[in-house]
Amino acid sequence: MQYMLLIYNDPALEPAYGTPEFNAMMGGFFAANERMKADGVLRGGEGLQGVETATSLRIRGGKAETMDGPFAETRETLGGYYVIDVPDLDAALTYAALIPSATFGTVEVRPLMDYNPAG
Amino acid sequence: MRVVTAPGAGAAIAVSRELDRVMRADRGRLVAVLAAGLRDLALAEEVLQEAAVSALSHWGRSGLPSSPTGWLLQVARRKAIDRLRGQTRDARKAQALAHLAGEEAAPDPQDIPDDRLRLIFACCHPALEPKSRVALTLRTVCGLTTVDIARAFLDAEPTMAQRISRAKAKIAAAGIPFAVPGPELWPERLDGVLTAVYLIFTTGYVAGPDEPRDLCREAEFLMRLIDGLRPEEAEIEGALAMMLLTAARRAARIGPDGASLPPADQDRSLWDAARLEEGRAILARAVARRAPGPFQIKAAIADCQMADSGPDWPQIAALYGALWRFEPTPVVHLNGAVAVAHAGDPARGLAMVEGLAGALADYQPWHAAQAALLAMTGDRTGAASAYATAIALAPTPAEALFLKRRLAALALV
Repeated sequence: MQYMLLIYNDPALEPAYGTPEFNAMMGGFFAANERMKADGVLRGGEGLQGVETATSLRIRGGKAETMDGPFAETRETLGGYYVIDVPDLDAALTYAALIPSATFGTVEVRPLMDYNPAG
Repeated sequence: MRVVTAPGAGAAIAVSRELDRVMRADRGRLVAVLAAGLRDLALAEEVLQEAAVSALSHWGRSGLPSSPTGWLLQVARRKAIDRLRGQTRDARKAQALAHLAGEEAAPDPQDIPDDRLRLIFACCHPALEPKSRVALTLRTVCGLTTVDIARAFLDAEPTMAQRISRAKAKIAAAGIPFAVPGPELWPERLDGVLTAVYLIFTTGYVAGPDEPRDLCREAEFLMRLIDGLRPEEAEIEGALAMMLLTAARRAARIGPDGASLPPADQDRSLWDAARLEEGRAILARAVARRAPGPFQIKAAIADCQMADSGPDWPQIAALYGALWRFEPTPVVHLNGAVAVAHAGDPARGLAMVEGLAGALADYQPWHAAQAALLAMTGDRTGAASAYATAIALAPTPAEALFLKRRLAALALV
């Protein structure tokens, strides 16, 4: 099954660039990436720029409304994601626990919709 | 006029009795083995139900099969294959189908694996709400009806039915495995399972034995099952011992006047000697494995409360100290404080209790403990006021009556 690991955290709690804590966090991400690749489960993943760069759009009455800011103003924001392919939720949770942000933020584990295009 | 019995009516009754018997005895095992193969609990239960309906007519016509359990499993699997053939757009269902097709031979009952431990771990998975874990375990492993479960947890039946079906849907959609967890996840997951079973026990203990399905018995059945499927595991033995020791006091916990009684004041002749002895033997076995854990400590506390010469308070206080290392909660601290007071230092016990005022202000046992310890230290006015609060918050009439007796006793000192 494929799962998306959505990484939410409060940017204020994230270690500052250049500090030893920041380097440790990056080392943690590097180690998690390597482990997922080595285990052959990694399907994709990206980090997102901060919510101050976000633009939201919706169409109402056929008209596009464009707004500054994220979908919802919350303290913890979506900062990035992985997509992994593993046998079950327990395996997905094991990889989620490798993500350094889990120690100061939250990793949400969601199964992807499962379609068999050949079916 | 004579009533003419239709030919075969006797046979039909025999068939329906046999089906009832097999379903009562083996339903949990059949659901477990089907769910583990299908990775879908709701589907497993539906196809088993359909197989049971087929059994009524088929067995009535052709007689009982040599292995009714094996027959039900085989027919349920065929029904699952039929259902899944219509839905192969879903990749995971196609996988389940391939798995089932490989298992189509009629199994001997001895060859049906006991997958109930896998089922229990799926039902008690931390990705499900705690209350759903309990409800799902009672429904699928113990075979309780939704009506019984709703009644035990004081819920409306449609609410409970919705809770159970949501939990089953999440197991399938989120990919919760039907698996006994490996060593890394084992301690945490086992604790989740034992806690769920213990919650079933305490719910039954509070409700009393008059419910249509006594949850204390169901919890004991589950704990014995888990112990049987995973023997020589100290914490499972500890949890079973705690349950047996607590259950042994059940008949004595309410006095003849309807007031609840602490172990020290209970009529020991009402204690269940067989359960007490078995609980102590299992606890001794667990402790000898030298792998301590919270359930073993709680069982040891229950054992010390039932010591032959009355509660061994110094030992109980020490055990709460040990429990604190596993469960650093205000409630554990409160129980430890009461033990310290009874062990000969009421002033220190009271100071510990009062230190928890902020954390436990809404917790009825905190007020009851404060009242008892104020009384022990000679503060009758303070004790009377704390008893009044504890009585107002008492969860059951039996508990309120017990506290009223204590309040009345203050005036006599």
